[in-house]
Amino acid sequence: MIIDVRDLRMAYGAVDVLHGVDFVAERGEVVALLGPNGAGKTTTIEILEGFRTPSAGHVRVLGEDPEKGDEAWRAKLGVVLQSWRDHGRWRVRELLDHLGSYYAPYGTPSRPRPFDTDELLETVGLTEHALKKVGKLSGGQRRRLDVAIGIVGKPELLFLDEPTAGFDPHARRDFHDLVHRLADLEGMTILLTTHDLAEAEKLSDRILVLAGGRIIADGSPDLLSRQVEGKAEVRWTQDGTRHVHATEDATAFVRDLLGRHATGVSELEVRRSSLEDTYMALVQRFESKQAHPEREQEVVTL
Amino acid sequence: MNTTTNAVRLGLRRGLREYRHALTSYDQFFNLFTSVGFLVVLLFQRSSSLAGTSLSLAAATLPSMIGMMVAFGGLVGPAGQLSVNREDGTLLRAKAVPHGMLGYLVGRITQTSLDTVTALLIILVPGAFLVEGLSGAGVGGWLLLVLTIVVGLLATLPWGAVAGSLAKSPQGAMGYTMLPIMPVVAISGIFYPITALPGWVQGIAQLFPVYWMGLGTRSALLPDSAVTAELYGSWRHWETFGVLGLWAVVGFVVAPGILRRMARRESGSDMEHRRQAAMQRGV
Repeated sequence: MIIDVRDLRMAYGAVDVLHGVDFVAERGEVVALLGPNGAGKTTTIEILEGFRTPSAGHVRVLGEDPEKGDEAWRAKLGVVLQSWRDHGRWRVRELLDHLGSYYAPYGTPSRPRPFDTDELLETVGLTEHALKKVGKLSGGQRRRLDVAIGIVGKPELLFLDEPTAGFDPHARRDFHDLVHRLADLEGMTILLTTHDLAEAEKLSDRILVLAGGRIIADGSPDLLSRQVEGKAEVRWTQDGTRHVHATEDATAFVRDLLGRHATGVSELEVRRSSLEDTYMALVQRFESKQAHPEREQEVVTL
Repeated sequence: MNTTTNAVRLGLRRGLREYRHALTSYDQFFNLFTSVGFLVVLLFQRSSSLAGTSLSLAAATLPSMIGMMVAFGGLVGPAGQLSVNREDGTLLRAKAVPHGMLGYLVGRITQTSLDTVTALLIILVPGAFLVEGLSGAGVGGWLLLVLTIVVGLLATLPWGAVAGSLAKSPQGAMGYTMLPIMPVVAISGIFYPITALPGWVQGIAQLFPVYWMGLGTRSALLPDSAVTAELYGSWRHWETFGVLGLWAVVGFVVAPGILRRMARRESGSDMEHRRQAAMQRGV
């Protein structure tokens, strides 16, 4: 088990941010952590990275308590945070090469470390900017450099906090390819947070939905859609009029519809609930269940 | 390869790189500006003489300036860099890399030392042409100068790191270091002999490293006859290295704990909060 979290709790003063988070991640899994703003995603990730001390709970990352993790443990992690503006005067290649060198003593014959600097620049598409100053990069280029630095030590576990914020669609596609390659070829376990549901669906083997300081859903994107008995939407045109009908059992409805009207039904469409619908339904269901009225004010932004 | 030695080696390389980056940046305008300012002071002091000696006042001020610059470089430099590096994420980056903190600290010490030496040379070289009476310093004098500079850096560096760790913003770090150092410099006999000040002010000045730095550099570069202008008519080497050594020892006892506590608390969300605050300040 790469990550093992049981009954993780975190309070800032009197405010409880996490109340009893449980989840595990296995080797090579890509896990997406989804949730409304303020749900505790970043807090959870920071505890796993060893940057924050939890109030209570059992946390093991690569078999160790992150708080007591030593430098050899640290060498097996890759961290990409949300906002980084460091090393503005360094050149791209120079910085990546320098930071990669810290991992050299941790290499083994079966897993040489770090990645070759030039190959990695090629991988993240920064070869032509290798000699540029870091401070002169555009937002998307800077982010790609952050990702490159996060993986330069060939980590066994990679944390990505909102990795594609500020990417254009092309860069986003490239980044998705990269994540798949890392998980498949290098056997990297990846935990990422994102606001982009399509991205979570495309990238992850498993989605965790964090709301109100708890994991309220845990499963593959497909499984999640099923968990909320997806209301499907059936649309069709009959004698020039457009009809829409929401139903739990689309198959039965369509069979009945076509049975009743031998002709005249055209442009038939069945839309299963998307992951976004599922997610909204989950969070709303959770929030309405909460007895505390103040929690219902929490805004869901996507 | 040993991981610790590797990090120290990378830290040295890091310090050299950052020093090179700074050399080719706008930072040098600041160095040029202070250098010109100091040389103007020396120019004006050339005609007055140091009380009781045949030396010009400028001859005594030049070594004093060097002593002050070391204290400045050791205190203000690291405080500012540390607080900036907390805000921009350099420190967190160092934390995320194995032995990165060690590399970072070695890099900072290397860079601060090189920065300070550069700032000294910028004043010392043109100053030596401007001021007569420094040529008498022999090999012993220059060795004493180097020793004073090294001990002076040791006495001030940890305190700069403490200020940078406690400050909440780069502006705060400037405040914690510049505000106390300015009055201390004013009473430490740097630009004017300390003997001209009231006794109780002399007493306060002798609690801080700046006076002793100036005394140490004067004793290294000035002819022995200049000693008559000093307090008690003595270079007081024992006292100089005693006081500076005490500041260094206490600093190196206090600083690691405060640095560790600051580094342990560093996290992405804190950095984000500081970034938001900085944006509101309009920086």
